[in-house]
Amino acid sequence: MPIRETFWNIPHWAEIAQYLLGLLAILIFSYGVIRRVRRWLKGQPERRIDHIRSRLWSVVVQAVGQARTLHDIYPGIMHLTIFWGMIALFIGTILATVDWDVTHLFFNVQFLTSWVYVLYELILDIFGVFLLIGLGMAIYRRYIVRPDRLANMPGNGFIWDDAYVLIMLVLIGITGYLVEGLRIAVAQPDWAPWSPVGNAIGNAFIAFGDPSNRFLHYALWIIHILIAFVALASIPYTKFWHLIAGPVNIFFRSLEPAGRMSAPVSEDEPGVKEWRDFTWKQLLDFESCTRCGRCQDVCPAHASGFSLSPRDIMIKLDTYMWQPANGHNMLGDVISADELWACTSCLACLNICPVFNDQFSAIIDMRRYLVLEGDVDPQLQDALANLGRYGNSFGKSDRMRAKWTKSIQPKIKDVRRDEVEYLWFVGDYASYHASMTDKTLMMAKVFQSAGLDFGILYDGERNSGNDVRRVGEEGLFDMLAEKNLVTFSKSTFKTIVTSDPHSFNTLKNEYSENGNDHYSVLHYSQLLDQMITSGQLKVSRKLGYKVTYHDPCYLGRYNGEYDAPRRVMSALGCELVEMPRNKENTFCCGAGGGRIWMEDPPEVTERPAENRVKEAASLPGVSTLVVACPKDLVMFQDAVKTADLEGKLFVKDLIDLIGEATEMNLAEPKEQN
Amino acid sequence: MNIVVLAKLIPDLVEELEIDDSGTALDMTWLRLIINELDDHAIEEAILLKERTGANVTVLAPDIEGVDDILFTAAAKGAERLIKIVGDYESGVNNHALARVLTPVMKDLQPDLILVGVEAHEDLDGSIGPLLAGYLDLPFIGYVASIELEDGKATATKEYPGGLSVEMEVTLPVVLGIQVAEEPPRYVAVSKVRQAMKTAEIEELEAGDFDLAGGPTIDRMYQPEVSEGATIIDGSLDDIADSLIGIFKELGVQ
Amino acid sequence: MNKDILVVIEHIRGEVADISYMMIAAARQLAETTEGEVLAVLMGSGIENLAGNLAADKVIYLEDPQLANFTSDTYQQSLENLIRENNPRAVVLGHTSIGMEVASLLSAKSDLPLVSSCLSFSGENGSVKFTSQLYGGKILAEGLIPEPIALLTMVPGGYKPEDGQSSTPPLVITAAAPQFADLEISVKQYIEPETGDVDITSEPLLIAVGRGIQLEDNIEIAEELAEAIGGVVCASRPVVDQGWLPTSRLVGKSGYQVKPKVYLTLGISGAPEHTEGIAGSETIIAINTDPAAPIFNIAKYGVVEDIFDLVPVLTEKLEES
Repeated sequence: MPIRETFWNIPHWAEIAQYLLGLLAILIFSYGVIRRVRRWLKGQPERRIDHIRSRLWSVVVQAVGQARTLHDIYPGIMHLTIFWGMIALFIGTILATVDWDVTHLFFNVQFLTSWVYVLYELILDIFGVFLLIGLGMAIYRRYIVRPDRLANMPGNGFIWDDAYVLIMLVLIGITGYLVEGLRIAVAQPDWAPWSPVGNAIGNAFIAFGDPSNRFLHYALWIIHILIAFVALASIPYTKFWHLIAGPVNIFFRSLEPAGRMSAPVSEDEPGVKEWRDFTWKQLLDFESCTRCGRCQDVCPAHASGFSLSPRDIMIKLDTYMWQPANGHNMLGDVISADELWACTSCLACLNICPVFNDQFSAIIDMRRYLVLEGDVDPQLQDALANLGRYGNSFGKSDRMRAKWTKSIQPKIKDVRRDEVEYLWFVGDYASYHASMTDKTLMMAKVFQSAGLDFGILYDGERNSGNDVRRVGEEGLFDMLAEKNLVTFSKSTFKTIVTSDPHSFNTLKNEYSENGNDHYSVLHYSQLLDQMITSGQLKVSRKLGYKVTYHDPCYLGRYNGEYDAPRRVMSALGCELVEMPRNKENTFCCGAGGGRIWMEDPPEVTERPAENRVKEAASLPGVSTLVVACPKDLVMFQDAVKTADLEGKLFVKDLIDLIGEATEMNLAEPKEQN
Repeated sequence: MNIVVLAKLIPDLVEELEIDDSGTALDMTWLRLIINELDDHAIEEAILLKERTGANVTVLAPDIEGVDDILFTAAAKGAERLIKIVGDYESGVNNHALARVLTPVMKDLQPDLILVGVEAHEDLDGSIGPLLAGYLDLPFIGYVASIELEDGKATATKEYPGGLSVEMEVTLPVVLGIQVAEEPPRYVAVSKVRQAMKTAEIEELEAGDFDLAGGPTIDRMYQPEVSEGATIIDGSLDDIADSLIGIFKELGVQ
Repeated sequence: MNKDILVVIEHIRGEVADISYMMIAAARQLAETTEGEVLAVLMGSGIENLAGNLAADKVIYLEDPQLANFTSDTYQQSLENLIRENNPRAVVLGHTSIGMEVASLLSAKSDLPLVSSCLSFSGENGSVKFTSQLYGGKILAEGLIPEPIALLTMVPGGYKPEDGQSSTPPLVITAAAPQFADLEISVKQYIEPETGDVDITSEPLLIAVGRGIQLEDNIEIAEELAEAIGGVVCASRPVVDQGWLPTSRLVGKSGYQVKPKVYLTLGISGAPEHTEGIAGSETIIAINTDPAAPIFNIAKYGVVEDIFDLVPVLTEKLEES
């Protein structure tokens, strides 16, 4: 009968030694884990132990199931095979240990017998093959293909760390097979064919004869055990640490809406200057980073030649938190202000991170410190000063905010005086920017002709503060939000609607934190969708355009709204051709996070907006890029000029399409301002 | 080393200015007051000097609506002492009156250096820096763009038109009119200002009666007629561009 | 009754500043009302020749080595003395880095009333009125020039420099400076301006950008226009302070005085600090969105449009032709 002959050919002292070594490995491992945990507990407090069930489920889906890792096909399969190969072999080892050291030792019963054992051997053999295939793919990718995102790491210590992991896993796999093969070569059990790989190796070794094979088996067994224990002990000291940190990090991930930023730990002195000022969870982020570089690949700032790589931020902070002294300052020497200011807050990085790191929160906390120190770009400083003084970044009088309404008849209601159903939060760009006037007027006209009960706040509106907050100027955000909230509280309305996804995000996710939930917030694409579906807005002409659509970061990735604008376009008779990067993979226009208020540094090769309009222009038969965000419109209209696509690609706001499909014209000629 | 900076709130030109019913003054109801930009530079210069030499910085301002904000902002930048001059500003004050009020205040404070923006766009009776210097019998240098302090003397760089500057040495104490600080005024995070509001204290000094002698009386104030001089070219963008090109040709520059 | 008008001539390193001629032109007008004479005051050392083309009735030339370089204390003491000796109706100074501080010091020390930022004067029935430019040129204020002696500082814009010049040399009376007391200020050295790539004072076509340009990137649209038409871009102070253009391109009070054939302004509001430097331009063409911008008062042609809309169209047309 097939039975697992544990410690076949192994003398008793080696068996004992193995247990002692195992114990030692566990001790070294434990010390390393404690050392790690103690380090990240030096961070600031942060509560992350609610919703245990969703957290556990996350771990199941993302760590065990590798869901995000698989988004990227080649590295996804590569990692899945390695991971599951190792897990299966590890489970096999555990089963064998239980079989021998628990059930056999105490009850004299072995369960790895007969068909169970045969199946066990077969499965392990197959997973061993998976492991080696995965490792082969990894070696090929890392050392032959050499994608950018695996190259140019900050510091050089990682070359060996990366190689070490691969070497150890390859050695464990190969020595494992050899030990099995040699055992089969000598013992030649009847059930050998159930271990196809081991059997094949065994057959190859039969020629060498018994004594030498027996010795070889013995020697390789020792090597195999040694490598396995070294690998185990080294987990908390090497890249293997992500095996633990990754799932733990996924467990403790933020369950807040993506659009709700955490407030700074200290209100008086917001921001992070030293590594200990980060929360323990942020420190855990840095530790969990596996340097896979997916975030760098999708980062619009990185693609444009900015010095920022979210991957490097994680790596550098991890390195720094372990060697903080060195006479280096974290801000300035390790992380430069340029890197931090390059971020567009698009969230592509944290949306793709397989271990659910929040690169953006680290960047923001460091930005907060820069703001506190007054270390800001002169143009950004102007914008912030204007926002503080006038409530808009343009430095125009708040009394001019509703100047665009001058030609509108009947006069738009003032929500501060008249009760309405919809409060239209117009936003800075739609109110003040010359390129937006037509769109804003058209929106008013569409609302009015559809009989929507709406009003605006006139000079009572302030910038919503979304981007102010993401610049790191928390105090100014609070001030702007307070002013708007006071105005809201004095007005009667049911729903806020805005064309600006940035305002939409903060109004929806951040204004309501303090329990101001008596209204809901809609993006205009959502409202237009509802109005068309309900028949309130009638489409009189099917446009028949072939268009593409850019998902605004703050509508899509931040708030998951991908369908409403698409439904509107389809209702207007537009054929939508998707860009390669669409929906959650949308590519930021470069305006977010306050970048629209900052100067691009000279090293910028191709601005994100240029990159994006080229993507749109490359679609066959498409000459219209539809946007649903005032900043997108401004950015892309400019990019069309600088990328030399004038006359080839037209940037239209969703409201332009509505205007055409409902055959509405702005009665007054464009106002001279 | 004691540095006193004098700051003033003046009408913000971003807003449309209106004349009141009397026809001789601005309509205050529509005004937004902001710190005189050059005074902001003077504060920055004082803070830079403090950072270089460890001087003490006092910021002093007339008590007009919004003064607390500018004083707390100055404190957030590093000013140690904040003083506002309380008085009846509603009935109108000019630089002569203010300078007279400040003269005894300055004598009490005994500064080594008085910094003030070299001018303000509302000055009709001269600028306050040299008026104050005159009353205090101190030397004055205006249009200053940088300051070095050494052994009871200051070396100030004064700007002349055409990019020419001159280095002048002067014995302290002195009043300097700042044209531009060596670095642009720094950004102060709102949280820092809020913290200053909790910790810093604003001292109040009484102005007493204002003596306006020395300044003129305004009989009429008005906005210059729109486009008084210019021939306005209008039409579509195309038409305007064509007209402009025509004018360029006529004038022989194209 | 005081009748004469004293004009304090401003000069830097051997050259009379344009404002001096404008002040003489204004003084001529004032003197007509007061029925007095225009007395130009020239202070310095070895610069008698500068008096040659001043359209004054008399030039009082104070020759003293201590007046070789301007300092506010020597000027103030000299003028205090001259005012006492001459009892003028008014003393006209520039609202400049020289005249402004001297006027204020004098006003405080000699207890004389002061009116600053005067753009123009007018006289009727023997009394004289000032019109001053306030609030960045957005507001004008009128009033009577205080009696008996008033100090006046002038901004350019109301008078032409030619009207203060004369081909017949005036009578020059050389006098000694007073005994200076308690001088605290000494001139150490001059710092030459950065030499730039171009000399904007000799360019026939200048395209000026101001705060209205908003972003450094936007200067490009001015540069493109300049290239298309063959002009040079210059700027007002805020643009230079931001470091977007070098000091060699700075026009105005603290920058260069320019005299181009055409001065085209893009989004410049026309604050006096800037317009001071462009009074010598033959034709000013202004583009600004604000129809009330003071620049339209001195421009010959004006366009009320957004420069970001108009300039690209203009550039394109110029490139085509």
